[in-house]
Amino acid sequence: MKKFDYLKPRTIDEALSLLNQYGKRAKLVAGGTDVMVMIKQKRISPDVLISLSGITGLDQIQYDGALRIGPMVTHRQIEKSQVIRKEFSALADAVDVLGSIQIRNVATIAGNICNAAPSADTATPLLVLGAQVKIKGLKGERTVSIESFFKGPGETVLEEGELVTELIIPKPLPFTGSAYWKHQRRLALDLPILGVSVLLSLDRNRISCPDILCATSPISTVLHAMEQEGLVCKEVRIGLGVAAPTPMRAIKAEGLLRGKRISDELLQEVAETASNEAQPRDTIRAEAWYRREMIRVLVRRMAMRSIERVIRPEETVFPTRAW
Amino acid sequence: MKKSISFVLNGEPVRAEIEPHLTLLHLLRDELELTGTKEGCGMGECGACTVLLDGRPVNSCILPAMEVDGKNVTTIEGLIDAQGNLHPIQKAFIEHGAIQCGFCTPGMVLSAKALLDENPKPTEEEIRNAIAGNLCRCTGYLQIVQAIKAASNQ
Repeated sequence: MKKFDYLKPRTIDEALSLLNQYGKRAKLVAGGTDVMVMIKQKRISPDVLISLSGITGLDQIQYDGALRIGPMVTHRQIEKSQVIRKEFSALADAVDVLGSIQIRNVATIAGNICNAAPSADTATPLLVLGAQVKIKGLKGERTVSIESFFKGPGETVLEEGELVTELIIPKPLPFTGSAYWKHQRRLALDLPILGVSVLLSLDRNRISCPDILCATSPISTVLHAMEQEGLVCKEVRIGLGVAAPTPMRAIKAEGLLRGKRISDELLQEVAETASNEAQPRDTIRAEAWYRREMIRVLVRRMAMRSIERVIRPEETVFPTRAW
Repeated sequence: MKKSISFVLNGEPVRAEIEPHLTLLHLLRDELELTGTKEGCGMGECGACTVLLDGRPVNSCILPAMEVDGKNVTTIEGLIDAQGNLHPIQKAFIEHGAIQCGFCTPGMVLSAKALLDENPKPTEEEIRNAIAGNLCRCTGYLQIVQAIKAASNQ
């Protein structure tokens, strides 16, 4: 393996000045699970790795109205956070299926988004949860939305010498549920064929017959039965991964549903629109036509799961069925 | 230029002068000559190189050795007790035929140990989830799951 020096600054400012000093010769590492593999595969060859692990206090998850995730928080910490499982469920869904426990114990969520793979599991949950990314450089601090953070495969808005210092997720509206589905061939250690996240905020969390959600009938039948309830969608966000060069929002599809009464017909139209908005490619994992078909299927299912999480929160906090 | 790190390895304090680009796996096998930890894919996929870092399973093949400074590392060699007896998980693996070629076994046993330390009575689903990052190409996993269940006295 190529030789490199390994530096462990004690403060963010020290890390920034080292980044500035070494420039393109340096690579920043958090958990290192992507960086070390890239070095081994000779895709990058930095002279210096600058690790954030020597800086104390960066591995904290705080919930004070907004959720604040430090840059050294691992996926395993997120997996074990009850507040995230309950209030930010899509993110818990993603970390449950990301890599293996060995990877999740080391890899960080900030590293996952900085690596900016179109398939990053945490990207679409962060999109639908409306995350903000706090960035620091020698010139100062700035905050960008997660949507503007991704520029292309492996590319972000981070400029040379900048690093991510925090992810901030606002408190969801009342009666909000969210869900992420990783469409994969294996149950673990796979890259997604597709990643689909949906967040729905409803006008209430009670319906006359919540048990309808336990039915094993087709989704259309369940939705027809629920139409009588007149549930209104106050807010909706749809995130698609491996569906375009960057993780994307299906903005047109969201617009069809926002403020409307939830019905079978409308959810079908929303899913169809999301599928049309995507720009999937033919790749080794799946062809574009198949990805479009599955977006149509999975957007509707994740909308159902979001509704289920609002109406029957206790029963649905663990991934069981996908509708 | 070599750098100095200190950590606790299988209960013993260790000080090592290392090239800063070494992985923990390289340090363990080639410098400290503890060859119980195996290299499979070398890319963090197969889990053959699993060791416990502060009690948590990690892939040592992609972990910079510099990251273990000040930490506690347990390898498969650290599982035998002072009298040289195998760990109950290791015994259960032997009794249940959970070993064929044996290459995945050290990592598999350590993943199982991390699980049982945290959750002494896991369900089968929890066991399968805990070893999802350890690939075995021989056993079909059934005997491994049974061994871990037996080691938890279930």
